[in-house]
Amino acid sequence: MTLFWTKKREIIEIKAGTLLPLITFVAVILIWELTIRISGWSTRVFPTPVTVLQGFYELIRNGTLLKHSVASLYRVTVGFYLAVALGIPLGIIIGQYKPVKMLFNPLIQFLRPISPLAWIPLAMLWFGIGDQPAIFLIFLSSFFSLVVATAIAVESINPIYFQVAANFDFSKSEIVKKIIVPAIIPDVVTALRLTIAIAWLVVVAAEMIAVQSGLGYLILDSRNALRMDYVMVGMIMIGLIGLMLDMIMRRFVILKWQN
Amino acid sequence: MQNFNLIKAEKGNVTIGETAHSIGRKTENSTQHIKTPAAEKTKIGHIQIKGLKKEYINRRHAARVIGDPDVSGERVTVLDDINLEFQEGEMVCILGPSGCGKSTMLRIIAGFEKATTGQIIIGGKDVAGPSPDHIFVFQQCGLLPWMNVWDNVGLGLRKMQDKIAKEERIREYIELVELSGFEYNHPYELSGGMQRRVELARALAVKPDLLFMDEPFTGLDYLTHLKIREEVVNIHEYIGKTMIMVTHFIEDALVMADRIVVLSERPTRVKMVRKLDFPRPRNIVKDPGLSELRDEVFLMLGVSYVA
Ligand SMILES: Nc1ncnc2c1ncn2[C@@H]1O[C@H](COP(=O)(O)OP(=O)(O)OP(=O)(O)O)[C@@H](O)[C@H]1O
Ligand SMILES: [Mg+2]
Repeated sequence: MTLFWTKKREIIEIKAGTLLPLITFVAVILIWELTIRISGWSTRVFPTPVTVLQGFYELIRNGTLLKHSVASLYRVTVGFYLAVALGIPLGIIIGQYKPVKMLFNPLIQFLRPISPLAWIPLAMLWFGIGDQPAIFLIFLSSFFSLVVATAIAVESINPIYFQVAANFDFSKSEIVKKIIVPAIIPDVVTALRLTIAIAWLVVVAAEMIAVQSGLGYLILDSRNALRMDYVMVGMIMIGLIGLMLDMIMRRFVILKWQN
Repeated sequence: MQNFNLIKAEKGNVTIGETAHSIGRKTENSTQHIKTPAAEKTKIGHIQIKGLKKEYINRRHAARVIGDPDVSGERVTVLDDINLEFQEGEMVCILGPSGCGKSTMLRIIAGFEKATTGQIIIGGKDVAGPSPDHIFVFQQCGLLPWMNVWDNVGLGLRKMQDKIAKEERIREYIELVELSGFEYNHPYELSGGMQRRVELARALAVKPDLLFMDEPFTGLDYLTHLKIREEVVNIHEYIGKTMIMVTHFIEDALVMADRIVVLSERPTRVKMVRKLDFPRPRNIVKDPGLSELRDEVFLMLGVSYVA
């Protein structure tokens, strides 16, 4: 990613940007190793970095890690896209029309604080075991936040832009396409970043209860087999994918009209 | 500036029908009207304000939540029985103390807000709402920050079928405000003065019958202020449309206006309407009549002016 930068100072900045986090990670691994050596805990209880690395290798080789990662990512992707596809348009409508807001807002505010995990029993009863209950839970975890964030973003658009639209005789759909959508993009991207992180948190929890695959299931299954090294592999993988999702979201839109 | 001198020089040799500005929807009508003074009442740029009154409800307490619907409080009369008449093609400048309702009055004439009572008649018709024939240049910047200069200027031309004519029109108006070369810049990449010029170009590009400007020069440095003021005067002279401008600068009003209106403090009434027949280009210092009028207006607004 540094290939295209020509100015010397920028290369150095980007290098520092990758180097410093790397130092942190190396330090954490060292402390991890040292803690085990000093405390004298059994590696069965607290696996060393090397055993975890071995675990990684084994799980990659037999394809388990890939299978479970894909399963989790699939659920998050589907649930999240459903939430985006329904939540953002609903948010745009609620943000524009006061009566619609009065209709939906109390219900949304009431449902929002209920943890998606509280829905697990009902989700399993309604959708059985498999992808659907997990997707449903992901959807719940993202949908309400997205609706609320979008509606607030629409409400806080500078009213001058709507007056400009009225002055130049914009149609309803032009107002949405040329005023509302571009104006809310910065706020909505932030909301997407926050919600995908929550969705990723929820999928792991949901997989521990409702399904037989995914990284959450891998962790639970490994615990039952007393393989703490595999448990840690699962945890690290969750962290890595979470990092990746955030990076994708951050690059999602580069706003050329903002400095 | 040179741009305008060029246009003006051209104008002498060219019949009105051939100038760039006469291609627009309404211009043919307006030239007709100019020839037939009998049609005075229906001139599209003629404005009549009859018994305009505007009350706001002043909040008794702070909003408890965002959009708190409870705005109970005493009614404040902002505009109180305003009666005015502006002729087609006039440059009108409105002066008045801060908070007296100048912006409110302009928004009501432009159709963005409803009057409490009273009537606004433009070109013989009651104002029903905002119209693409009556363009408003906002007190704060009204450019859409996510669109570049080209798209902003083309905002009012979306319905033009002829692609080539549309592109030509956009280019013409970007040239008019001397911003060629900045077509693909976004507003944040332009200086405050350039942004104002883009907004002027966007307003003029639709060839509106009326142009409203709410303090178009605030926030500009002094030189840019004077330059854009000159541009507006030239544009007005060139297109001859009715323009109404709110300003805090008395000098602006005296240099630019065909007619000035001075408003009082709230509840606001018209304190003075004066038609200015001073020769142009105007110079307040050199024209004793203008300096006298300046002192009079300053006194009227509560300042004893010291030159
Ligand atoms: N939406 C509103 N609700 C309540 N009061 C309002 C509203 N808009 C304006 N006012 C009141 O109307 C009065 C006139 O406001 P306006 O913006 O027209 O003043 P102005 O003459 O343009 O002032 P300035 O020169 O400072 O721009 C102010 O006292 C303001 O408090
Ligand atoms: Mg104002």
